[in-house]
Amino acid sequence: MDKVNWAYTDTVLEHFMHPKNILADEEAFQPDGRGITGNVKCGDQMIVAIKVDRDRGVITDCRWKTFGCASAIASTSVMSEMVKGMKLEDAFRLSPRDINKELGGLPEHKIHCSVLGDKALRAAINDYYERSGLHDRVEKEEARVVCTCMNITDHEIEDAVLEGARTYYELQEKTKVGTVCGECKDDVERLLEFYKNKHFCATNAAGPVNP
Amino acid sequence: MEKRRVYFDNNATTPLHPGVKQAIMEVLDVHGNPSSLHAFGRHARMLVEEARGKVAAFIGAKPDEILFVGSGSEGNNTILSILNSQCRMCEYNTCSGKELVTTKIEHPCIMETSKCLAERGIRVTYLDVDRDGKVDLNQLRDSVTLRTGLVSIMMANNEIGTIQDMKTISRIVHERGSLFHTDAVQAVGKVPVNVDELGVDFLTLSGHKIYGPKGIGAVYVRKNAPFCPLIRGGHQERGRRAGTENTIGIVALGRAVELRASEMADEEKRLRRMKEALRKGIAEKIPDVHFVGHPTDSLPGTLNVSFEGAEGEAILLYLDLAGIAVSTGSACASGSLDPSHVILATGLPVECAHGSIRISMGRENTFDDVDYMLTVLPDVIGRIRSMSSAYARRQ
Repeated sequence: MDKVNWAYTDTVLEHFMHPKNILADEEAFQPDGRGITGNVKCGDQMIVAIKVDRDRGVITDCRWKTFGCASAIASTSVMSEMVKGMKLEDAFRLSPRDINKELGGLPEHKIHCSVLGDKALRAAINDYYERSGLHDRVEKEEARVVCTCMNITDHEIEDAVLEGARTYYELQEKTKVGTVCGECKDDVERLLEFYKNKHFCATNAAGPVNP
Repeated sequence: MEKRRVYFDNNATTPLHPGVKQAIMEVLDVHGNPSSLHAFGRHARMLVEEARGKVAAFIGAKPDEILFVGSGSEGNNTILSILNSQCRMCEYNTCSGKELVTTKIEHPCIMETSKCLAERGIRVTYLDVDRDGKVDLNQLRDSVTLRTGLVSIMMANNEIGTIQDMKTISRIVHERGSLFHTDAVQAVGKVPVNVDELGVDFLTLSGHKIYGPKGIGAVYVRKNAPFCPLIRGGHQERGRRAGTENTIGIVALGRAVELRASEMADEEKRLRRMKEALRKGIAEKIPDVHFVGHPTDSLPGTLNVSFEGAEGEAILLYLDLAGIAVSTGSACASGSLDPSHVILATGLPVECAHGSIRISMGRENTFDDVDYMLTVLPDVIGRIRSMSSAYARRQ
């Protein structure tokens, strides 16, 4: 039975077994920026805290904590290593796909768990800008309301796709989008294709680990 | 303590009993079709009917009230499909009821089928359960009417192990003129089950939960109860389930229940002691835990426990790396973040539902397994909590 494949790559296993840069004591760490995303009720939450070299605009340390599964733990651990020494604007552009690549690929159904880290990181960078009076550098990710009846945004559509929705019906199951007047159906279906492509496109994404 | 392999996921499936394995090997070369009139066929037929007798005897039914199916899920789908079966195509009694009463804690094969039936015009009521997972009997009294064709309530829950008050439920259902089906896949072979004592009209059981092979189950249909085949087009199982009989599976199921009859009583006592030791050990060694499920009316080997601030799949995988197999209702494991519908139905807070694991012990487990679990688990939970954003906040 020891020959049975671990569902994740060796890198994922290593970061899961020995997670790097855990935020053990928040007060002692005294971050320059702190971001939080997700919430425990939804099943996953992430806190990312960074230290910044102000003169160089570079992240010098990155710590994190999570209520999350193996993929969330491993992907945030690897991300915390990647961003050390990285310029703030580059770190802000770090995508789940970059992290996933560094990990050697997550199983497709676990990719949604890995997006928390970079979201919390962006929140931490924005927090740093706020704290340092660099308000003009704060980049907010504006959500657009797609379904006016149920007040569903494109961000919620993206989250639902990451959580496994692949059809219009599955999107409706998860978000109730388009369940009242239905006028947004075309728009939602376009977004569905777009996010499926963005996160799971076979040619770009790191493919499943095991055959 | 030395690393060992511990299988604590017996509610998912069980290892084959050596006696069942033996029976399977002996029947592997019986290739005759039980429907054939020649000696090859008659031999297979004899073995199938012997097994039917054993399964019937094990649950206090008559042989012709047992039909073999391909799985517990198929059995449950079959029984739900009798609702609103008003066609006169088959010789069976019909069921004109257009309402189904079930619960919020059923197995997905009942939940999903109920949703599908609702789309086809069947009115479905999902009963609430209390903190321990017991069905709300007052709500049951109010929900079952003359229009209710069927009430389907699982005897023992797969995730939390709670066993329902079957006799009271069947009395309430029958007083209101309805029929009672129970998904007893987790109960049969673990606690005594007798269809007359329980007062059920239909019952589903499965082979691989009781040390038999996968791919074989059985359904009890009380004599003269309405019926409607799910799989049509063959005379097998007296027209109630088309498809050539799975002779090997059927013989194995017969042997499995026979072995259960002789081993179950002692094993039940042993498992209850092991579960108590595990529960006590966890409560002593780990703070902020919640046990889910009824403290006494529950499956002997099933323990569901939730750890505050620790996510279920992470617990599962750290335990797996230590050689221990458990399962989690928190469905991050299955690709969505929806927590277990069963745990949520008990009213446990959502954040706890995400951190629950199910330990289900079986005949091969020993007290050494319990000790090993109690050595490994506190470290695993401590480790996850040390990096948990949800646990730090509480300190």
